[in-house]
Amino acid sequence: MWWRSASFIRDRQNQNPNPKPSSLLHSALDDSPSSPTSTSMAALNPNPNPISAYYQTRAEHHAVVTSDWLAQSADAAAGDVAASSGAASGGSKGEGGGVGVIEEFNYWRKKPDLAEAVAAVMALGAVIRSSEATTMNELDIELKKASNNLKSWDTTSISLSAACDLFIRYVTRTSALEYEDFDAAKRRLIERAEKFGEISLKARKTIAMLSQDFISDGCTILVHGYSRVVLEVLKMAASNKKLFHVLCTEGRPDRTGLRFSKELAALGIPVKLLIDSAVAYAMDEVDMVYVGADGVVESGGIINMMGTYQVALVAHSMNKPVYVAAESYKFARLYPLDQKDLEPALRPIEFGVPIPSGVEVETSARDYTPPQYLTLLFTDLGVLTPSVVSDELIQLYV
Amino acid sequence: MDLRRPNRPVIGPKVRQVGFVTPDSAAATSSSSIPAVSAAAAASAGSPPSSLSPVMIPPPRHPSTEMSNPHFHPVGSYNPSEQILGSPPALSPSRSSRFDADGSDFGGDDDESVALSGVGGGMTPKSSLLMCQPVTKTAPLVSETRKRDSNASKGKGEGPSAAPKEKLTKAERRATQEAQRAAKAAAKEAAAAGGAPSVSKQPKPATKPATQQKKDIPSGSGPLQPLAPSGSIEKKQGKKEVAAPHPRMQFDDMTKVGKLKKRAVVNQSEARNRVELFRHLPQYEHGTQLPDLESKFFQLDLIHPSVYQVGLQFLSDKISGGNARCIAMLLAFKEVIQDYTTPPEKTLTRDLGAKVGSCVSFLIECRPLSVSMGNAIRFLKNRISSLPHNLSDKEAKSRLQSDIDRFINEKIIIASKAIVEHGVSKIRDGDVLLTYGSPSVVESIFAYAHGIKKNFRVVVVDSRPKHEGQGLLRRLVERGIHCTYTHLNAVSYVMHEVTRVFLGASSVLSNGTVYSRVGTACVAMVAHAFRVPVLVCCEAYKFHERVQLDSICSNELGDPDAISKVSGRKDLNYLDGWAQNENIQLLNLKYDATPSDYVSVLVTEQGMLPPTSVPVIIREYGIERLWT
Repeated sequence: MWWRSASFIRDRQNQNPNPKPSSLLHSALDDSPSSPTSTSMAALNPNPNPISAYYQTRAEHHAVVTSDWLAQSADAAAGDVAASSGAASGGSKGEGGGVGVIEEFNYWRKKPDLAEAVAAVMALGAVIRSSEATTMNELDIELKKASNNLKSWDTTSISLSAACDLFIRYVTRTSALEYEDFDAAKRRLIERAEKFGEISLKARKTIAMLSQDFISDGCTILVHGYSRVVLEVLKMAASNKKLFHVLCTEGRPDRTGLRFSKELAALGIPVKLLIDSAVAYAMDEVDMVYVGADGVVESGGIINMMGTYQVALVAHSMNKPVYVAAESYKFARLYPLDQKDLEPALRPIEFGVPIPSGVEVETSARDYTPPQYLTLLFTDLGVLTPSVVSDELIQLYV
Repeated sequence: MDLRRPNRPVIGPKVRQVGFVTPDSAAATSSSSIPAVSAAAAASAGSPPSSLSPVMIPPPRHPSTEMSNPHFHPVGSYNPSEQILGSPPALSPSRSSRFDADGSDFGGDDDESVALSGVGGGMTPKSSLLMCQPVTKTAPLVSETRKRDSNASKGKGEGPSAAPKEKLTKAERRATQEAQRAAKAAAKEAAAAGGAPSVSKQPKPATKPATQQKKDIPSGSGPLQPLAPSGSIEKKQGKKEVAAPHPRMQFDDMTKVGKLKKRAVVNQSEARNRVELFRHLPQYEHGTQLPDLESKFFQLDLIHPSVYQVGLQFLSDKISGGNARCIAMLLAFKEVIQDYTTPPEKTLTRDLGAKVGSCVSFLIECRPLSVSMGNAIRFLKNRISSLPHNLSDKEAKSRLQSDIDRFINEKIIIASKAIVEHGVSKIRDGDVLLTYGSPSVVESIFAYAHGIKKNFRVVVVDSRPKHEGQGLLRRLVERGIHCTYTHLNAVSYVMHEVTRVFLGASSVLSNGTVYSRVGTACVAMVAHAFRVPVLVCCEAYKFHERVQLDSICSNELGDPDAISKVSGRKDLNYLDGWAQNENIQLLNLKYDATPSDYVSVLVTEQGMLPPTSVPVIIREYGIERLWT
């Protein structure tokens, strides 16, 4: 930065010969996606693929597949699964417990209708089922190991880790009760895990119902990213015979918007596709912005697909409400202070033409939208202002 | 009821000594002889605020035979022999005691002029003139105050709010009122005549609890002082020692201040030239009274030595910082509890509570409590009062002591460690961290982050007059952390470079407002303007359910001289003698309030929270965990 203050000039000089701290992105690309804090976890269960598994799955499920990089990444993912299953099985010999959580997780993850959190809980349920533990305590320890494995396998997925935490929390509370014998408790946990998919679907329905009041006839809604919850909301609004327009961003590089607009068009909702850079241009005619969330963090902000922040900023500056639809299992005990204060989640970006040599590409898949740019969050706990998220989290976890 | 302002111009000499009678005034003391037993009563009745606390004990005086019954006596010309303040023997409660109301009224208006008289025991003619003015002005006030006063005087041994213990018949009450009215009229007349205002004296019934009596006897100095300006409000001795000033007491309410001063141990000389808007805060100059207080050590036998020591350390600023002060106070209380034995015919839960209360009020006189200390005291008192009655003294004491240890350990030490862990997770390699002042938790965060080989630099921002940052700077540099030191004036200049701002807090209020060392708000706002995240590190025991919107309503004033002098620059003496000039008012605030908008995150032992979640923490963990 050219305006560097004088007191630091010398520091800069000291640093220049040694380019290490220059750019966080750069170092992230060069080294590995895992930040220093996660290295210990990653070492436990290395996932050598620098590409975010979470965003890969999302891309596979929601994006319009137009190019060959997906095939590549699918290959990578396959290799990845093999590698990690190897690691997991290697680890599981020692543990005796978390047999194949990760395979289990990957199995569920492939199903496009299932949220990642559901897959995680299903996988943990499988761990319980196959567990040979005889006391609640053992089971608890085993589960924790499994969930740590799972979390470290994909450190970029917030809903994965949030769902693991939530389920472990549930197990701890159940075991705290201790009023039943072990088998009954175990059965109960398995049942709970299996029902989690239902709970997730029910949460979506609840959210859709809650947000109906906010959609009025004749309004125009801007949607960014492919979110199952937002789709549910709009579906229900359409089935309630509401008349509204939807503007759908393209959602590069996954082009999630293409898929989303296709689904909406199939429901008979008038929809218009925008390129991502046309958000400000179109904001004039927009009445509200609807986005989903990959994770809702403690500050009340959200982490979501790249571009959400800029959409929210534009909406905020034009005084348009920004609504977030997210299930409560996406609430995570994270507190990013700025955009770079997150685990980097990277994904390949295809530009259609070869990238000139010496040019860097920003490949981050998500951004953080601070709470002051959000109006309301629709969750299965109710319609919340951003500041309530932390209150809920405190009650849940502390 | 604020007549003080109009009166201001009348204020005489700027340097007032309100407070204890020091040895040199002994002559006056002895001359105005009053039976020791009645001393307290006299103090409560008409004694000047300067007469100070019953707790402190001046040399014994000889009982004098001269009791004056007169309801009025010239205030201005104070003559020990004529002293009306002398009250009838304590044991004879007199009806006339209720007449002192008038005295209190004009005292309330202008305690400053009156206070002067306290020093020498003699009034100068000038001051006597001054005094009459307040009286005339306050006439309307009298009736209003009187009611309260008379009421208060009825309830002996009780705070003003306590219900009178002795029931008066209607006739009696009426008679009293008549008498008061007459007294007031007479006082007015006297004042109008240009004479000195008169004060009616009233003795106090001597039905005080035994402990109180003990305290009272020594406090004979009270009556020595001619007139209590504000002090004339009679206070009941009963709970006085125990009751600490209300945390949000308005110090421009002269009647209340008078009451407070009467029982003060610490010689509180008032700051001169009060700053508009900040008159309601306690205006004491600390530090100057240190020698004075030290000399009184052997007189204050009711204050436990360890509390006394801690109080002196607060006063002299040897201990500062919320955690340090709170720990020092708790450890002192631990010793108090250790040395405590329940007096016969008392229960530990009640008596010890009162004892702690009197220690607290001593500490408050030394320096206003911080929120953290207030919470700790609430915790302790709650523990004391919830002790089962069937416990033996020994068990009860050891239980309380372990409670204190647990509080220190869990709420302060372990909490700080948890905060350090959370805080470090927000430090990345290459960061430039800015801090202001010398917050202890932030220092440990930096030290820990350096210990785990994070690569970062620190900008220490400091400010006059305390320069606390220099200590932090030295300690960080000794650890090998790369530091930059600058003053608050330059904060906007260095903020470009900074990636995180770490601040400490004295308290976090339930609307998310951060109450902290003055200057913190400035740093936070500059950081906000530069889009630098501001992390406020604060243990949850410092959270308070109060709401504060500005830095004016509740604050602490420091010594104005501290900002008028520049150390090392003898030539910068423009403000020398500023106290003589009424147009100069120096404001040395100690705290400010940072609105929650400028705080990105609160780092507490419960995790990282947005400032909006403070009420949740207070609700979920404040009461429940603090109390158990």
